[in-house]
Amino acid sequence: MDFTFNDDQLAFREAISRFLMTEAAPEMLREIWETDVGRSQELRNKIAEQGLTALSVPEAEGGLGMDDVTWALMTQELGYYAIPDSLADTAYVASGLLAGLPAGHPARADLLPRIADGSLRIAISHPVNALVSDAQLAQVLILTDGDDIHVVPRSHVDVENHPSIDASRRLGVVTWTPSSATCVASGEQGRALQDRLLDRGALSVAGQLLGLAQRMLDLSVDYVAQRKQFGKPIGSFQAVKHHLADVARYIEQAKPVLYRAAHASARGDVNAGVWVSQARLAANEASWIAARKGIQVHGAMGYTWEVDLQMFMKRAWALDASWGERGFHKNRVSDYLFADATGLGPGHTFEE
Amino acid sequence: MDLTFTPKQNAFRAEVRAWLAANLPREPLASYDTREGFEQHRAWEARLFESRWSMVMWPAELGGRGSDLIEWLIFEEEYYGAGAPMRVNQNGQLLLGSTLMEFGTPEQKQRFLPRMAASLDMWAQGWSEPNAGSDMAAITSKALLDGDHYVINGQKTWSTRAIYADWLFGLFRSEPGSTRHHGLSFVMVPLDTPGVSIRPIKALNGKDAFAEVFFDDVRVPVANRIGEQGQGWHVAMATAGFERGLLLRSPARFQATARKLVELYKANRARADRDPSLRDAVLETWMGAEAYALSAYHTVGRLSRGEQIGAESSINKIIWSELDLKMHETAMRILGGQGELVGKDSQAGDAAGWLEGFLFAQSGPIYAGTNEIQRNIIAERMLGLPK
Repeated sequence: MDFTFNDDQLAFREAISRFLMTEAAPEMLREIWETDVGRSQELRNKIAEQGLTALSVPEAEGGLGMDDVTWALMTQELGYYAIPDSLADTAYVASGLLAGLPAGHPARADLLPRIADGSLRIAISHPVNALVSDAQLAQVLILTDGDDIHVVPRSHVDVENHPSIDASRRLGVVTWTPSSATCVASGEQGRALQDRLLDRGALSVAGQLLGLAQRMLDLSVDYVAQRKQFGKPIGSFQAVKHHLADVARYIEQAKPVLYRAAHASARGDVNAGVWVSQARLAANEASWIAARKGIQVHGAMGYTWEVDLQMFMKRAWALDASWGERGFHKNRVSDYLFADATGLGPGHTFEE
Repeated sequence: MDLTFTPKQNAFRAEVRAWLAANLPREPLASYDTREGFEQHRAWEARLFESRWSMVMWPAELGGRGSDLIEWLIFEEEYYGAGAPMRVNQNGQLLLGSTLMEFGTPEQKQRFLPRMAASLDMWAQGWSEPNAGSDMAAITSKALLDGDHYVINGQKTWSTRAIYADWLFGLFRSEPGSTRHHGLSFVMVPLDTPGVSIRPIKALNGKDAFAEVFFDDVRVPVANRIGEQGQGWHVAMATAGFERGLLLRSPARFQATARKLVELYKANRARADRDPSLRDAVLETWMGAEAYALSAYHTVGRLSRGEQIGAESSINKIIWSELDLKMHETAMRILGGQGELVGKDSQAGDAAGWLEGFLFAQSGPIYAGTNEIQRNIIAERMLGLPK
């Protein structure tokens, strides 16, 4: 029993965090927001140089072979800096799906090395999401058709764009015609891979939401420490302190839930989906409370376009229903909890 | 990260489970807020001690088993999972015990800890005073040096089960003219010393659950001081940290309540589902109890990596106290009209246990530092906000 990250994982996180701090400042995010494509190839290339796109590509295919547990740290960093890119969709979620295909499958050999070197952008469709993030820009799409999973070149599909309140999300409706040539998995295997796909997508969002929550808390702490009223920093008033203490509480409470879910996913536990959904519910709640309390302690400034808080709030609001809205996740947990044969209570927490 | 127990940890769990199965009291004990129940609990804890289960984390020479924190969590899971009695001497064992481990002299440890583990000595706390509640540094009770004794005068209050206890530990002002957190000393007082008088305070449940303790020229040897003269605040803050943190409220007890709540909901589903928010509350609190358990294991892991746990213990205190309250509120709402029935009323069934818990849960956000104080601590020490 060791519920901690190892030194390599923590050092990697630290390196990515430091890198993003300088390369993904809020001013830069605003610039990218204003562009038509909403993406910066330069930023993506730099992130690839840091090794992030290779993180969970198997070592045989040119990657680092790390799992969901490491991603639980990395997705928090991507959220913290609100990276205007769906990078985790390609580097974590899609790469996880492809690595789940049988060894020697042509799609693995074709795509995984390109994910690892950062040259490939993949958009993912799943029945739980109505719209597909980055469908317009991606070179390759992972699409589902019933139980089947297809890997489809961008040129084979039509994409209709739909703007989001979070300008860094680029959403589209994909129209396409399935053909056996693009099908990589079907039947039971397809269903199983779709389930894993969903869990990774949901974990990715959970990590990002927690990172966003932490950023909103940090921005709020900075603001209330310097903003003065009645001759004092407003952060010295208990009403303000207690708002932010609550945010810290929800973030801290959610982290171990995320880490256990990531561990269960990496290990392929039978109840991994339940723990992923629990993590999502905890992270969704933390991020919305961080947004609500954050805007409150910013006062009228929080309601402006000018103050950076808005970028992080909008991302948190937009991601809330991505890879399953709360009702979906709540149902997965309650189906488990209220089933007849569930072993519950003290001592059962880590049962597989 | 490896979230599986080692064979040794599994064997430890099996040993605890087997012992509890063979030794648990057949009949529920009376409430430990009564004299009768207090003595029943003392006897039960003595039995725990005989097999070295009362303080598993303490070293063997002080009455424990030298278990690490993971084994302690496992013990707690088995203990509360089996529905074993609440621990009557934990204010002493967990709060003072931890303080003695850190600040006590070898003689003090040898003198007090084994007897505490065996529940030969039962301990009450002496922190709050009528005008020193959340503002504990406003303590005015004095312990003034007179040769090799302290002479104690003043009053303590909210001292849990003090009318049944043998000893009291707490903070007293030992430097004449000192103010706030300066000049306090941490002293242990035998409650049968001449000059001590104890007046019970009836709690919400109608029982003498806590008390006021009055000191009138009470003479206590200087050897009963823990830590240096005048350094009591520092010593006490460490204890308060233990109390808020993991030790006093391990997750298992809340997980056991959450499981009972799920069972209660399932058994009363037709009625409960008329209010859709009840199902959600059961789900939310169950997830909350699991999250607290996960957090405990994560914290233990971080401690074993050498990290320091600071204001997070204030977060824990808010989490368990609000969780406990919400679980019991939900149970009361599921029970409907049955909820108000007390004691062994023929219509009450298991409801009376929920009512007892509901009443006690009201105190959770207040004792061990109110949740408002905890939020101040989080804001100031963790987030760095100005005082």
